Amino acid sequence: MPRVYVSSVIDAPAERVWAEIRDFNALPRWVPAVAESRIEGNAPGDQVGCVRAFTLKDGGALREKLLALSDFDYAVSYSILESPMGVSNYVATLRLAPVTDGERCFAEWTAEFECEPARAEDLVERIGRGVFQPAFDELKKKFGRR
Amino acid sequence: MVEIVRSTVLDAPLEAVWQLLRDFATAVPIPVADAVGALEGGKDAASVGASRIAGPWRERLIELDERNHSLRTCLVDSPLPLYGYVARQQLRRITDGEGTFWQWRASFATDPYREADLVARVADEVIAAGFATIRARVARTRASSSLPSVSRVARASAPVARREEGPIETSLVMVSRHGGPEVLENAQANVLPPGPGQVRVRQTAIGLNYIDVYCRTGAYPLLTPPGTPGMEAAGQVIDVGDGVVGFLPGDRVVYAAPPVGAYAGVRNVTADSLVIIPDGIDDETAAAAMLKGLSAEYLLNRVHRVRAGDRVLVHSAAGGVGLLLCQWAKKLGAVVLGTVSTPDKARLAREHGCDYPIISRGTDFLKPVQDATKGKGCDVVYDGIGRASFLESFEALAPLGHLVSYGQASGALAPFDPAILSRKSASLSRPVLFHYTANPETLRAMAANLFAAIGEGLRASPRQRYKLSDAARAHRDLEGRRTVGASVLVP
Repeated sequence: MPRVYVSSVIDAPAERVWAEIRDFNALPRWVPAVAESRIEGNAPGDQVGCVRAFTLKDGGALREKLLALSDFDYAVSYSILESPMGVSNYVATLRLAPVTDGERCFAEWTAEFECEPARAEDLVERIGRGVFQPAFDELKKKFGRR
Repeated sequence: MVEIVRSTVLDAPLEAVWQLLRDFATAVPIPVADAVGALEGGKDAASVGASRIAGPWRERLIELDERNHSLRTCLVDSPLPLYGYVARQQLRRITDGEGTFWQWRASFATDPYREADLVARVADEVIAAGFATIRARVARTRASSSLPSVSRVARASAPVARREEGPIETSLVMVSRHGGPEVLENAQANVLPPGPGQVRVRQTAIGLNYIDVYCRTGAYPLLTPPGTPGMEAAGQVIDVGDGVVGFLPGDRVVYAAPPVGAYAGVRNVTADSLVIIPDGIDDETAAAAMLKGLSAEYLLNRVHRVRAGDRVLVHSAAGGVGLLLCQWAKKLGAVVLGTVSTPDKARLAREHGCDYPIISRGTDFLKPVQDATKGKGCDVVYDGIGRASFLESFEALAPLGHLVSYGQASGALAPFDPAILSRKSASLSRPVLFHYTANPETLRAMAANLFAAIGEGLRASPRQRYKLSDAARAHRDLEGRRTVGASVLVP
């Protein structure tokens, strides 16, 4: 099963970064690839089970379901319901962990999915380098030291 | 149950940190006192179920996950009330750089009134100290890509075989026949480039030991004339031979091992007998402390594990090894008794932690021992005297006691009937240091314990300094009992 793993260290306490990203509807604020987003059925963005429908700047449209949200572990898991990427059983987890010897946190984003074997490498690259890493770069910019 | 979570970021690839961390015995310090523990009972490093021991601490590896880069340990023995202590360590790769995220979770139960104190101690003295240790090792490994105490990392790197071309001339001391101090002659010689497995060392301090006298007189068959005496020295690496990894030119190193030949400005030494000297310990202290300090280390931690409250009898308590045994046993919480020959030496022993100095000539100490222990006897007796004191040392033992006969200044032990041991269920050991230090991993663990103890105040610096060319005078002073504590020769 193809697996994406991207991680980084952000120069802000985990609770501040978490406040920025925990809202399941907040992707346009910090994921550069995302153009706009809404939660279906007008549900709140922290209701486990809710579905976000969002569009990418390249025009693609996706629907993702919130599977787990932990304010204790600073972790969010979600699955893809529909996407133009040709993946199935896609589950991703984004998690923060405090770095206790400084005002920093460690962020990691993993995704696992199934696809045609020939496309796996390209998809891992596109998701990791094209979506997750730019999002971390955006957070690092937002919370970067002045 | 309290849980402590601490984490840090290291500027090194996950693989490098994991190699250090998974090396259970040598990686992260056991809590508080000792920088590095010793592995127990022949288990390999990184084998699940292995225990490491440092002083009164015993920690067991109960989970190791190579895929997840995590491990879990528990404390089996601890001098602190850390009940059900389990710690989990987890490494994570930082993919947008070269770093590694390291998280350490420890949980334990304790008495409520001690909780805050113990949480702070575990956080600072265990976890923060562990982070600092590995951070320093990672920095070292990356700076030199060689680290002798972590063989796996060292061996994974390419051998470093830089050579000074050609022989180097040096002054040295030669013995052309066995005899008195006058047979120690100053000479010049060329030291060839190091052979395979060897390191050429420019020595800055040479330890003076009584064994050097035995080598000179021929009492020990370690030196066949013509030859150069000396078992112990510190200095700087000049160059290394084929197959040597873990040492670079300029590294400060120390050794205490046969073969003889240390009385020289430059010499070749087997890499396996060398240990890197940590910052904060000078060459002279390292040279003076290595042989005697490793002796104290293995006698107190390996041959017998001295625990708090043990009654320990040290013969020749004001001697080189004796003063270290007294200090270190005291630090471990033992009640220390010691025999010495004069009131001055009694004072010196007392200053070094001996609770009950007993003035005797290696005999007639039984009654004072019985008096001091209220008739109970001693849990362990460290006897370097040998033949003259053997039976009385045995009598001084408590039931289940351990007689450790580690030297024979008065002659080899006379034949005796092992059945006498059954009178007390006593144990007898006749250990030899070099059997313990023959394994480089063990040697480096022992040296790390010694250096940590020196860092915590174990007094091991030399009290006399001689020029190497004055070796004959140094021997006269040593044999004439005019030296106190350790001495070094300086090339």
